[in-house]
Order: sequence, then structure tokens, then C-alpha cells
Amino acid sequence: MNENVKKCPIIANHIKVALVGQPNVGKSMLINSVSNAHLHVGNFSGVTVDKTEVLFDYKHYHFTVVDLPGTYAFTDYTIEERVTRDYLCAEDYDIIINVVDSTNLEKNLQLTAELFTMSKKMVIALNMSDEAEKEGIEINAEYMSELLNIPCVKVSAAQKTGIEELINTVVEVHEKPKPEPKLVFSEPVEEEIENIVSYLQKHKFQATNSYRNIAINLLKENKRTYAKLHDDPIWTELQPILIEASKHIELHHDTDDIKEAFAEEYASFNRGIVAEVVKVKKPLREEKTLTEKIDSVLIHPLYGIPIFLFLMWGLFQLTFVLGAVPMDWIDAFFGWFGDAVGATITNDDMRSLVVDGLIAGVGAVILFTPNIIILFIGIALLESTGYMSRVAFLLDGFFHKFGLHGQSFIPLVTGFGCSIPAYMSARILKNDRDRLLTLFIISFMSCGARLPVYVLFAGAFFSESIAGNVLFAIYITGAMLGLIAAKVLKLTAFKGADEPFVMEMPKYRLPSVKLIWHTVLSKTLMYLKKAGTFIAGATVLIWFLSNYPHNTELEKNYEVKIEQAHSQEEKNKLANELASKNLEQSYLGRIGAFSEPLFRPLGLDWKMAVALEAGLAAKEVVVSTLGVLYALGDDVSETTYSLKDAISKNISFASAVAFIVIIMVYLPCFAASVVFTREAGGIKYFFYLLAFTSITAYVLAFLAYHITLLLGY
Amino acid sequence: MKRLIDCEKGEKVKVVKLNANYDLKQRLISFGVMKDAQIQVLEHAPRKKTIEVKVGKMRIALRAEEAELIEVK
Repeated sequence: MNENVKKCPIIANHIKVALVGQPNVGKSMLINSVSNAHLHVGNFSGVTVDKTEVLFDYKHYHFTVVDLPGTYAFTDYTIEERVTRDYLCAEDYDIIINVVDSTNLEKNLQLTAELFTMSKKMVIALNMSDEAEKEGIEINAEYMSELLNIPCVKVSAAQKTGIEELINTVVEVHEKPKPEPKLVFSEPVEEEIENIVSYLQKHKFQATNSYRNIAINLLKENKRTYAKLHDDPIWTELQPILIEASKHIELHHDTDDIKEAFAEEYASFNRGIVAEVVKVKKPLREEKTLTEKIDSVLIHPLYGIPIFLFLMWGLFQLTFVLGAVPMDWIDAFFGWFGDAVGATITNDDMRSLVVDGLIAGVGAVILFTPNIIILFIGIALLESTGYMSRVAFLLDGFFHKFGLHGQSFIPLVTGFGCSIPAYMSARILKNDRDRLLTLFIISFMSCGARLPVYVLFAGAFFSESIAGNVLFAIYITGAMLGLIAAKVLKLTAFKGADEPFVMEMPKYRLPSVKLIWHTVLSKTLMYLKKAGTFIAGATVLIWFLSNYPHNTELEKNYEVKIEQAHSQEEKNKLANELASKNLEQSYLGRIGAFSEPLFRPLGLDWKMAVALEAGLAAKEVVVSTLGVLYALGDDVSETTYSLKDAISKNISFASAVAFIVIIMVYLPCFAASVVFTREAGGIKYFFYLLAFTSITAYVLAFLAYHITLLLGY
Repeated sequence: MKRLIDCEKGEKVKVVKLNANYDLKQRLISFGVMKDAQIQVLEHAPRKKTIEVKVGKMRIALRAEEAELIEVK
């Protein structure tokens, strides 16, 4: 292929190809071997499904290949299916390449048959032909092309064979007029199609699609075709014909569902094609396949779950232990970078903005990148090997009790590390409602950034020997609250019949390094680009709120006092006091004072209120804010003795319990909220989440505070 | 009337009827679970909450609630 990659100008020699196929047929692998060219990954508007576009030049043509999400049929069960169907029906493209799995032709042709009525030029790529050969499956591609009147080309994305021929065929098909695919139905259906076609002919109905396709779409109750014909005068006469035709077909198939009847029609047509073109050399042995052997261990009723838990444990160890190494480097780099840049800026306000606001904020985002990369490599491995479906199979029983899906486990456990990758990994849930419900309860899984707050309070109120147990109890309580919240949401906001759980258990496959590389790279870049810009903005905002307005008089007073102070200790104390006073009169402090009445029923004073509000930006900020507010200087950590003392002296136990409950339940951080909004698919969901977590946090904290008081603490 | 959920591990049956609602029916059909299809039960998850079956060459997982709606013989 021509390595000379150019951006495609819109010219006559441009072929736009839509790549369509069922899930797990190796579409992404094919698109990777079609060209080493430009991979352009974007999002379909409004949804979170990735759209991969490949641009390359071949012969005299500019190619744009759009990789559409895998879909089993033209229904709208999952986002993927909807995106694919909408694209195929409404977008502008020249040719469909239908990728099918040669080892499972009959099932794959089910989608192919539906594509026939799209009235677009089409090429069928018989992928995994190498695997089929190994299994002794021989497909006569020429005969198949003849039978369907659609060119069929044997390819292997893994072995990179047949790719050139596939592209040549696409060019050939593009240059010739569109052939009519041969799709033969049973006699009663053909009769009714003929009936409608002759009616359309009689009335010289104007259409771009062929009469036969219109007739099939009408019989299949295709909404778009209906909408188009509905406003036409011929509709009044056409309608009774259609009703009669449906009755006739339904009677023939002994069903009251026309779509079921058509599915059976397609199935029997496909059986016919497969019988003609596929020869299985080796007789199918009853011996277990490799996949069945692996499955007998991995989804064993007894060992299945322990094996899975072990694998998860390994993944999280890797994520947070291995990830900690580059995180230290990144942290150190941004510390150094901030100092270096800060030294060049003379203006105090500018320096504070650039160093404390911008560099610190963006640094915090980049800090999570190693975690995200490792986690996504792990998830991509689990997914591309086919193990993820087994996980859902094993855990669905337990999670279903709480209205969740088996696959919810992955994002929920990830949430204990950091909510951002957790929200992103919720994409493995294919169904909208399952995914939304999971997204809503991820924040109940206490993330790593909340640990310092827990450690601080556990240390302040409990002896060292039981502080660890208290910590553990906090985490477990959070998780249990999350499951209960899921149940409550399922019974209220996400009410309705349970979504069905019908899922393919794909063959186990060795993962492709190249594919995983592309997946991880595109996801990581997306994280850095989108979250990065938002988070940089937010940090600047929080920085502004906590630093402005300046009270110059106050500052001058303190400057004088500090200069006059005798000991270093006294100077530090005064500097801390200044920081505390500054924060108190900053916009953030004013918000805290303003919202104090709201927090009073929970036993929280304005300082704790401000700490919680600052925590909306990031939980790391909570401890440092408390430090500033209790006039200890902002350079404190959870292990600082004096802050512990200050807290146990100034805060009652009941107030502390209420505070911890809020930390456990409310929004994880601004960055996570941005990612949540994107993953959920709209700003309205963010407001739902804000309302849900805030109200839950408030009510639980109120109960916790008063119950603790009643118990006499 | 025998349902898919009643089948033993390893049993091979034929689908008689789908008693599912419209959406689920579409979903099942797109996986090849339709009238006259051959189904083999491969595996049961703990407490039979989920089952794994084979339709044609494809393995699919179903919840017990869904498997109850598939009439087989």
C-alpha cells in the first residue's frame, strides 16, 4: 500500500468505505492491517463510542475507511448497534465492506442479509480464512460471489493475506454500477414482495432504492421506509396490501411477529448458502475445542471466581504498585518544573497562577496517566482474549441482586483506585441503563485520594492499634452503601423491567500487541486531551477562589508583625494565621461562611464546610485545607501530629463521623466529574449525580451525626 | 412444557417457541436463538443464575430469567 499519506481532499477520486461486521470478527484488526497509515480516532457525536477512521491512498484513489462498531443485527439494543445503524442509514458513504468470520459463516450472514436492503454497493471480506483452513473449513469464495451477486474476498487480518485483493475489489466495485444482490425468500414472501413491487411499478413510484428493497423494508416494518411512504398519496391503497401481506407471512411462519418471521427467512437462506459454498473437510470431532477446555477451568462453578479474584488482585497490584514508580517521577518533575518556571516570573500573582494553579493542576492530571495506561492495558487484555465475558457470566448472579450487571464489577473495583479510570472502564457495559447505573455508584467506592482524610481522622479519634480496622470498616461501609444505592436507584430512577442478559462468549484468542497498543494509545490521548483541558481550567478557578480578593491591609499588618517577630517559631505562627485569615476572607471562605447554616445540622462548622467544598475540586485538597484553616500552615500531611491534635481538640467525635460520611459519599473530584459527564453522555447526568450524591451524603451524615450523639459520644 | 433452564449440562435440545417480549426476542434472534435452532447447554454458573449454551458455533450466556422464556424439546 502507498505509504505516502495525505489528508483526503474532497475530490472525485475519493472512496468512502463503511466497515461493518458482527462483534469479534476481527474488524479492528483488519483496519489495522489495511494500512499502517493515519489512524484517526474520534467520537461519534453525542455518544461515547469510538469512531476509527483510516485514511490512505491507493492507485488513483483516496480512501477513507470508517470502522463502525460491531453489531449483531439492526436493532437498537446497545449504543454500538444504534451508532452503526444510524450511520449506515443516514450518512454519506460509497461502499460497505462487510467483514465476516469465516469460521462461523452462517451466523455472520444474518447481518449480511440485512445489509442487502441498504441499497449500497458492497464487498464481503471473509476474514479469519487462515483459522477456517486450520479448522478444515473450506469456503468457495467465487461460487459465493456468484450466488449472492456480491464479490466475496478471502482475507486474513492476522496473516495480512488477501488485503490487496480486497482493496482492488473495492476499487472495481466502485467503478462499476451497483449490482443487485440476490436474496431469495420463501415462496409466500416472494409472492408478497412481487405484489408490492408491481403495485409500485403501476404507480411509477419515485425512489432511489430499488422497488424490491422498498417492498422488503415495508414488509419488515422498517420505520424509515414507513415514514417516507406515509406521506405519499399511494399510502392509502398500499396499507391494506401490506396488512394482508403481513398476515400471510405470519401465518406461514406460525408467529405473530413479522421480524421473527424474517429472521427465520434469513436463517434458512443463509443455511442454503452455507450448504452450497462451505465444505468441512475434517468431520467435526466431538472432542472438546481449546476454548471449551479453557472454559471448563475458568468458569468452573467452584474455582472460577477465586481465579478471577486472583487475576483482578494482580491487575490492581500492577496498576498501583508499578504505576507508583513513574508517578513519583512525574510528581518530582512537575515540582521541579513549577519551581523552575516560578523563578522566572517576578510578579507574585502571575507566579501563583502559573505555578500553583496551572502547572500543579495539569501535573495532577498527568500524574494519573501511568495508572490509566496500565489499567487499560489490563482491561484491553481481558477484553481481547475473551475473558471479560466469562467474568460477567460468573458474577452476574451476585450483582443482579442489586440491579447491576456482572460486568459492573470491573469499574466498581477500579473505583477503589481512582474514579477517573473507573468511569472510563464502565464502557465495557454495552447497555445504556446498566452503564448509567454503574456510573452513578462508582463514587461510593472510596478512591485513593480519600485515604489521607480517613487516615487523618482515624488517627485523631482512635488508638493506633484499631485505626487500621476503622479504615477497613470505612471502605467496606462505602462499598455496601454503594450496593444499597444501586438497589434504591434501580427501584426508583432506573425502574422498569430488567435488561435482558444475553451475551456472546467469544472464542479465546491470543491478544494482538498492535491492537492493544492502538486501543490504549487512543484512550490515553483522549484522557489527556479532554480531561486535561477541563481540569486545567478548573484548577485555575479554584486557585482564584481561594486566593482572591486580596486584603492588602491585612497582608501589610501581618508583614509588619512577622518582621517584628523574634523567633522563627513565632514567624511561622503568624504566617499561618495570615494564610488562615486570607482564606477566610477569600471567595472560597465567604462561600464557606455563607453555607455554614446548611452544615450546622450536621455538626460541621464553617472550616469543615470549606474543606468539604474545596474537596469538590480534589480530595487531596481536603487535608491541606484543614491544615490551613486550623492555622498549621498548608504544608501538612495526614501524619502531622499537630493537625491530628488540633482536630481531636476542635472537632467533636459526632461531627467527625458526619464529616467522614460526607467524604465517603459525595462527588469524588472535579476531574472525575468531567469524565463522568462525558461517559454518561450529557451535562444533565452530572446534575443528577450531584443531586443524588449530595442529598445522600447530607441525609446519611445527618443520621450519622445524631445517632452518634444519641449513643453518647 | 420444557424450558431451556430445565435442561441438564450437556443436553442438546431444539427451540420450540420464544415466550419473550419484543426486545428480548429481537436480541435472542440476533444471536441465532430462534424457532428450530439447535441448542446445547454447556455450563451452569453457581446456583444456576446464569447458563452458557451453544447455538450453532456460537457460545452465549443467558440469565436464568431469560432461559425460562425459551421453550425447548
